[in-house]
Amino acid sequence: MRKELLVAAGSIGQMERYIEAGANAVLIGEARFGMRLPGDIREEEIAEAIAFAHRLGAKAYVSVNKLFRNEELPALPGYLKTLAEAKADAVVFSDPAVLLNVREAAPELVLHWNAEMTGTNSASSAYWGRRGAVRSVLARELNEEEILDLKGKSEMEIQVQVHGMTNIYHSQRNLLQSYMDHLGREARIEQGPDQGRYLVEAERPDEKLPVYEDGNGTHVMSADDIALLEPLAELLNAGVDSFYIETLLKPEDYNLTAIKTYRQAIEAWEQDPEGYECREEWLEALQDQQPSDRELSFGFLYKEQVY
Amino acid sequence: MSVGLEKKATGGAGRRYRLDKPELLAPAGSLEKLKIAVHYGADAVYIGGQKYGLRSNAGNFSLEEMREGVEFASRYGAKVFVATNIYAHQEDLEGIEEYLRQLESVGISAIIAADPVIIETAQRAAPGLEVHLSTQQSTMNWQAVQFWKEEGLPRVVLAREATLAEIREMKDRVDIEIEAFIHGAMCSSVSGRCVLSNHFTDRDSNRGGCCQSCRWKYDLHEGGESVLEEGNNLFTMGSKDLCMIKHIPDLIEAGVDSFKIEGRMKSIHYVASVVNAYRQAIDSYMADPEQYVLDPAWAEEIGKAANRPLNTGFFYSTPGAEEHIYEPEEKPAPYDFAALVLDYDESTGIATIQQRSPFRPGMEIEFFGPGGRSFKQKLGELRDEEGNVLEVARHPLQTIKLHTEQPVRRLDLMRKRVL
Repeated sequence: MRKELLVAAGSIGQMERYIEAGANAVLIGEARFGMRLPGDIREEEIAEAIAFAHRLGAKAYVSVNKLFRNEELPALPGYLKTLAEAKADAVVFSDPAVLLNVREAAPELVLHWNAEMTGTNSASSAYWGRRGAVRSVLARELNEEEILDLKGKSEMEIQVQVHGMTNIYHSQRNLLQSYMDHLGREARIEQGPDQGRYLVEAERPDEKLPVYEDGNGTHVMSADDIALLEPLAELLNAGVDSFYIETLLKPEDYNLTAIKTYRQAIEAWEQDPEGYECREEWLEALQDQQPSDRELSFGFLYKEQVY
Repeated sequence: MSVGLEKKATGGAGRRYRLDKPELLAPAGSLEKLKIAVHYGADAVYIGGQKYGLRSNAGNFSLEEMREGVEFASRYGAKVFVATNIYAHQEDLEGIEEYLRQLESVGISAIIAADPVIIETAQRAAPGLEVHLSTQQSTMNWQAVQFWKEEGLPRVVLAREATLAEIREMKDRVDIEIEAFIHGAMCSSVSGRCVLSNHFTDRDSNRGGCCQSCRWKYDLHEGGESVLEEGNNLFTMGSKDLCMIKHIPDLIEAGVDSFKIEGRMKSIHYVASVVNAYRQAIDSYMADPEQYVLDPAWAEEIGKAANRPLNTGFFYSTPGAEEHIYEPEEKPAPYDFAALVLDYDESTGIATIQQRSPFRPGMEIEFFGPGGRSFKQKLGELRDEEGNVLEVARHPLQTIKLHTEQPVRRLDLMRKRVL
């Protein structure tokens, strides 16, 4: 089986360009059901989007990963049925309410479990696996040893983010609007990503943390972009099934370069796993387009955390 | 297994009365705090053990201390819960079973867990432990509550984002115990969905290492420029503390089964004052819901030990500008713990107390105990155990004898004004 290069896409046009660049799976959806998507593909167009991905030979996963409130639950069965009829390849969830609704309304749907920061061990992945998930999406705060050990002890598909920023804080408060109100400013905070706002912590002037608000609250993103191109072979050799590129808050050209680069690396590995080597030109392609005020990093891959 | 998503709400609008008293659940960062919390009226306390808890800096309990805590609590009919609410990494998996069996063997009533591996292991290997779902699982809708009920959990600790109206619907639709935070410091993030600490300091917030970076100060930029103007406070995510003392009837009528106070890191003085206030409010309501009136003394009692401004969280509406702390400094609490009463001799009116912070004759102090008993007096002569008269009680844990103007009881506290 070809290794999966999964990319979040915010529109049908973007899906097409990302798939042409080398993505063989796309993550789509809308803020009403999914969190931190690069754009909304609404319920009315989701069937068309899924069919389009299929025509291009790619899988289409739909994010239904928000934490739902009581009043939002009634919309779930209809939406899930729509996704099932449209032959979505999987639904990505974190709230167990989605699990119950899938069982009742659309049991044929394939489930991917993604609770972001809390996907930290193989036994919990297996727990969600026994409740219907076929894939576990790992927290970005794991190191390589943990990822490899987890994959080795898991019978599920394992998805790891290899490039882009990560969400590091999610609140259901409207923190930016509250702050503007506190300052006595008239400003109304626009909803959604790409508003150009960032936070700088007093002691860390060189780190810019993108921040935005939408219907799901306030989202703070990492100051660095992870780039696991160099260690990619270790993850490939360990059997990681899906490699995710986060496209949120990045220009499309940036994302296209990242997709092409990782696709080249994955193809080279697939052709010759033994003789595979990470090429300098791939690294340069990523480095050349990286903004100088955002570090390309290995994330937590080589870190030892304390507690 | 019936999922029952179509089940209709059974409760109507309006007030509802209950015969079963909600549980008052207090934090206990040490054996002494456990005893104080129980003595001041907590129906249950939650503590941390040596492993798998989220307060790696709190004075966590050894098994022997747990045994003693359980024994003490049981004399009051109170229960002891242990927080095992980390999200485990691979290296944490080994040993969970043994640890949970140990908790069961020393008489712990329940664990508070978020990670399914801990939940499942407890259900399988330590069935004497109840499993309560931690707030770290961010449960905020009735179907998620339903899911955990079907998984065999008797109780869910809700996300702090749930509103009173939402809690009411959960209780109408699902037959399960609902525990809600009603007092104390709050994550401004959805609990469990924050790794600021990991990113800034490599300290894992979901394994107890949180360095509270949400309370740090940040400069917000728009279009490459700081939004700051002269005199502006910096941006922060830090929330005011939750306080629901003025809304006890609403919580009870919504059906909250357990009222949880946050703060395993908080002082004895704080735990005693806060438990004391909520105990009185709950008892007063349950004794006669129709005639219930809020006693301003309860909020005052909390105010004596609290250092942060207070608010009602998400219970009534989404917190806004007024619910966050942009101002530069946090004030210390207006009162400080000065001494613990060890004994009282009725015939002489002499109390034996243990020093916890310095005091001297002439100082205005307050004694207080469970049930809202309190009185102020000026300190008279202080003597040490040998009978020597002291100019100042300056030694921590020193035993002091003094005359009190009213009777006091063992485990009453003496506090002094510091602001």
